[in-house]
Amino acid sequence: MTSPLTSPEAVVDVAPPTTRGAGLGDALVRSLGPIALALITCGALLAIVGRDPFAFYSDILQAGLLRPSGLQDSITRMAPILLVAAGMIVAFRAGMWNLGSDGQYLLAAACVAGTAPSVLAAVPAPLGWLVLGLVGMVVGASWTIVPAWLRARYGLNEIVTTLMMSFVGSGLANLLVKGPFDGPSTVPQTAVVDPSLLLFDLPGTRIHIGVIVALIAVATIYWVFSRTSFGMRIDVLGANARAAQHVGIRVSRLIIVTFLLSGALMGLAAAVDMLGIFGYMRADWNPAYGLKVVPLVFLARLNALAVIPFAAFFSVLSIGGEYAARRAQLPSDFLLLVIGLVLTFMVVTQYLTDKRDRGEPILPRRKAGMARA
Amino acid sequence: MPDLFTSGFLTALVVGGLVAGVPLLFAGLGEIIAEASGVLNVGLEGMMLAGAFIGFVATLLTQNVWFGLAAGAVAGLLLSLVMVLFCIRLGLDQIVVGVAIVLTVEGATAVLHATLYGESYPRLDAAPRFAIPFLSDLPVLGGSLFTQPVIVYLGFILVGVVAWVLRSTSVGLHLRAAGEQPASLDAAGVDVVRIRSVAEMVCGALAGLGGAYLAIVGAGTFVPFVTNGMGFIAIVIAMLARGRAWWSVIGAFLFGMSLSLTTALQLVGIDVPVDVVQMLPFVSVIVVLVIFARDARLPSALGLPYLRGSR
Repeated sequence: MTSPLTSPEAVVDVAPPTTRGAGLGDALVRSLGPIALALITCGALLAIVGRDPFAFYSDILQAGLLRPSGLQDSITRMAPILLVAAGMIVAFRAGMWNLGSDGQYLLAAACVAGTAPSVLAAVPAPLGWLVLGLVGMVVGASWTIVPAWLRARYGLNEIVTTLMMSFVGSGLANLLVKGPFDGPSTVPQTAVVDPSLLLFDLPGTRIHIGVIVALIAVATIYWVFSRTSFGMRIDVLGANARAAQHVGIRVSRLIIVTFLLSGALMGLAAAVDMLGIFGYMRADWNPAYGLKVVPLVFLARLNALAVIPFAAFFSVLSIGGEYAARRAQLPSDFLLLVIGLVLTFMVVTQYLTDKRDRGEPILPRRKAGMARA
Repeated sequence: MPDLFTSGFLTALVVGGLVAGVPLLFAGLGEIIAEASGVLNVGLEGMMLAGAFIGFVATLLTQNVWFGLAAGAVAGLLLSLVMVLFCIRLGLDQIVVGVAIVLTVEGATAVLHATLYGESYPRLDAAPRFAIPFLSDLPVLGGSLFTQPVIVYLGFILVGVVAWVLRSTSVGLHLRAAGEQPASLDAAGVDVVRIRSVAEMVCGALAGLGGAYLAIVGAGTFVPFVTNGMGFIAIVIAMLARGRAWWSVIGAFLFGMSLSLTTALQLVGIDVPVDVVQMLPFVSVIVVLVIFARDARLPSALGLPYLRGSR
């Protein structure tokens, strides 16, 4: 049985626009419009709960972009965001909703942080990073096997299975950090890696080379989808699984491969975070990139290069937002509200521009206008 | 080896499971209705969370459990109108809108909770219970099983009503047709959009009610992210239920049991880490899915918008 659900690829129009000029203007409206609308709405909500929206947003800009340290933090934050986004793009273009990235990320983070001290003590740091990066990728990929197999073998909807596995994964990550990987400190956390063994910083900055790794990964994914037959096969699968079967693509195998690749990228995101910034993992820590990155990849229309500016925007928002929320005495979950609204307005904008492209009136037709068959 | 089959253990397991599963009973029942009509309500988690928050606030303000439960249901229903407008009327993607609802409500409730109750953390009084005459006098489980808040009994009655409506009434037939062959239903002169809208609104109200129960009767307070994935489990239950309303009881009960197993085990002296407890429901869902994978089925038009004249 194939799942009748729409695929993520159907949500956005992945094909390049026909006329270049109109396409660019359209792309700007479709991507910046929702962000602007969401920020305005959230500003109104801030005013309602008695906070000054202008101060809030200027705090975000100050702390996330204008201060040199904030800018460096924001660029550093882009590393995991880009890798998670790349993982989502791979899955989404295949028509697979891998929404379980949080579990894949956390489990990989726990395994990387847990083994990092001994691995880095045993081998030279660069080799250790490679090994630990692989550990993260293998663990992340392994956590997609069950959903991928259920989807490939039985056509079982992957949204719920990846989500279920995500909850199990974050629980398991906590158990690992509190149990076998618990370090010498009194709080449940893994042993801290010596800062000198963490990923190099770019000269003169606090930005670690994980950002370069992430950019290379994103560029590679872009290349895979624009230049290779493997990427083409994934796109065909995403557009129409039945058609893919007919042209001789081994659909089940491709589903599993894309899931593994997607999970591996989530795991790499975790490894980069652990080896680049933290050097340890604390129990119950969860950056929960998962659902928050979904709007970014849709705004980028599943284009791996186009996701870079959106990842930059999100990084500034999240680094600056943490500071602004603290100053305004609000929880940093405020960010969820912004991102949720971005997604909502994105769908609406997409609907309206599509309608305009077809030459239909923007407002929904009234019932009387619909002739009964 | 501690004795597992003491009456205290059984009571904690069965009754605890029943009570812990009630939010899922409502939400699962709602999702069964929505999915039968062809709408995949991924935003269920958000609707439960909204119901939990609004229900909690309403109960706190009025000190009336019924008013709180009703307010929670209304909150879920209002949120479902977003799905109705965007997905059913305009035919936009149900999964993206669902994810948007979850994110927005998670953010909004966390912010509102912090601004309103961030310092006071108020708690509610225990909800009043009602003992069913005679049944509550039964030995072993009778006393605790049949002395529950009235809403629990109403939940089980509701399951029966929904099962009957889906199976034996023309409304139920239309609903199932909207999920399987919307074009045929349209040709038969029934408004698919209206049927689906009603199903989605019922689903939203039930999810809100379940969330309100969770906050008012279950926890006695609201904490951000209190639903913790329950909405997604409800979606799995609906997938396995294949339109059979009674399955919401089974699913909710199994889920509740895996939650109450910890308390029960603690009673007989076995300590289980809290992470295991939180994982257990999801592990059991995965195990069930792996075993019954070939049986899980979704209506053929699920997730696909029905717009007359297109395709």
